[in-house]
Amino acid sequence: MIVAKYRRREVIPNYIILSIFALIAILPLLVLIFNSIKPQAEFGINPLGPPNELRLENFSEAWVKGEYAMVFFNSLKLVVGSVLLCLAVSLAAGFSLAKLNPKGSAIVAVYLLVGISIPAQLYIVPLFLLWKELYLLNTHTGLVLIYTALNAPFATFLIRSYMIRLPDELFEAARLDGANTLQLFLRVALPLSWPVILTAGLIISLAVWNEFLFALTFISEEGFKPMATILFAFQWRFENNYALQSASAIMMVAPVAVLFILFQRRFISGLTSGGLKE
Amino acid sequence: MKIFSKKQFVAWYFIIPVTFIHLFVIGIPSISSLALSLTDWRGLGKINYIGFENFIELLDDRYLKKAIFNNIIWTIAFLTVPVLIALTCAYLLTGIKRGQMFFRLAFFFPYMLASVINCQVWKYLFHPIHGLGGFFDKIGWEFLAVSPFTTKSTSLFAVAFVDGWHFWGFLVVIYLTGMYQVDNHLYEAADLEGATKFQKFRYITLPMIRPVFVFSIMIIVIWSVPVFDYVYILTGGGPAYSSEVIANYMYSQAFERFDVGYSSAIGTLMFFYVMFIVAVFGLFRKMGWDI
Repeated sequence: MIVAKYRRREVIPNYIILSIFALIAILPLLVLIFNSIKPQAEFGINPLGPPNELRLENFSEAWVKGEYAMVFFNSLKLVVGSVLLCLAVSLAAGFSLAKLNPKGSAIVAVYLLVGISIPAQLYIVPLFLLWKELYLLNTHTGLVLIYTALNAPFATFLIRSYMIRLPDELFEAARLDGANTLQLFLRVALPLSWPVILTAGLIISLAVWNEFLFALTFISEEGFKPMATILFAFQWRFENNYALQSASAIMMVAPVAVLFILFQRRFISGLTSGGLKE
Repeated sequence: MKIFSKKQFVAWYFIIPVTFIHLFVIGIPSISSLALSLTDWRGLGKINYIGFENFIELLDDRYLKKAIFNNIIWTIAFLTVPVLIALTCAYLLTGIKRGQMFFRLAFFFPYMLASVINCQVWKYLFHPIHGLGGFFDKIGWEFLAVSPFTTKSTSLFAVAFVDGWHFWGFLVVIYLTGMYQVDNHLYEAADLEGATKFQKFRYITLPMIRPVFVFSIMIIVIWSVPVFDYVYILTGGGPAYSSEVIANYMYSQAFERFDVGYSSAIGTLMFFYVMFIVAVFGLFRKMGWDI
């Protein structure tokens, strides 16, 4: 480790500078938390500080006014649907690309790699018109398909790079015992791959939960909107009610914060995995 | 592997679902868009082939020029400020023992948050009456008394600031992983020679993390092209197109004016630019990152 060589006195400026940046990153979120438990009347005299009077009713009021029970259910449906479908197709493809390598599969790998960098602005209009023809606008199925396609290349490569390290001997032994390819996938590869399944699942969930552009474009009916676009509409509906706005935002952040605390390393390594494999 | 080499078609069954979904959602619409960029279609009625007329019109569109200019400013801003801050923080982090994990999590957490959340937080903080402006007004300072989002000269930078605040922690983590791979003996040797912190950074750390660094530059350049959420939510491209970017302009052409042909032409332009960047960096990679 590089840490060993610093003397104590030299380290103090490091802590000062790092603390300043940590405050810049965290203080705005602290203000959001304060605002979510502050009565609306207090905003005029106390814009940034902690509340003088605690008001937890902001949450119940926002929950009712924003119909968040339904909105959370919408978002949850999108997350669960996308994670299941995306993991299913990506696990299969990752397995095949890692262990079976059929002739010509490199073309698919290159196609998916190019697919990662295609800007959404290229295909969003024809996709919108196609979805209109297929009656997939304003449906969660339509959005789940889109989220699956958006996240599948990343998930496939993450899974492939994990499965490629699984020892070949295991697969050969199972093959000699008479397992067919599907059994190799289900009985050998999948049980050994739970770490990457968890990482990929978390990253897909986060991406779907936070996604804005496609949710904005493909869901216009209020009753089907997920958290992200509802919150956007909420910011206009209750433009000056910062207490309600902040309480709603906290409700959207809370699940992310809990998962981040539980699975920090997975989130960080999953989200930065592109930069790590050189 | 020999044992798998029979029955190749079975292996293909595993790849077909992902390929099919991706082609259906992204591949085929992308190709349609490339074709539609040569038409004057408006989403309904007959499709007329008009050659490169949309692209000729693009060259003349002063709003698009403004948007492209803003995207360039955006790219330059992101290539400098967050990169410098992240390099500094990552380097300082390698020098401390206690609290490393805390700082890493604190820096990274905003990267986990949705664009709507970050925009809401900063919309409030930059609000002229509430937020920072209101706070400074109470202690008698005139600071942020006007919202930077509604001022022409600052709107683009204010939006970029919010996105940058969300993004820079990601860079810290990337640089940090690169820095941990540096052999400690190099620093020890430098210490014996009496090198300063900055000299060690300049002559050891920076050259050693070059692959990670070039990667970060590449994703910043690529990700600066389709920037949409922050502009759409915070300013909508305004005031007076001062914070307009290509993606937001394309979105208004497509979903407010329903000009399918023209918006496809803008999308096509973005696509070829991104592919050009990918190709350039692919070339660098082939040359072993020796830039």
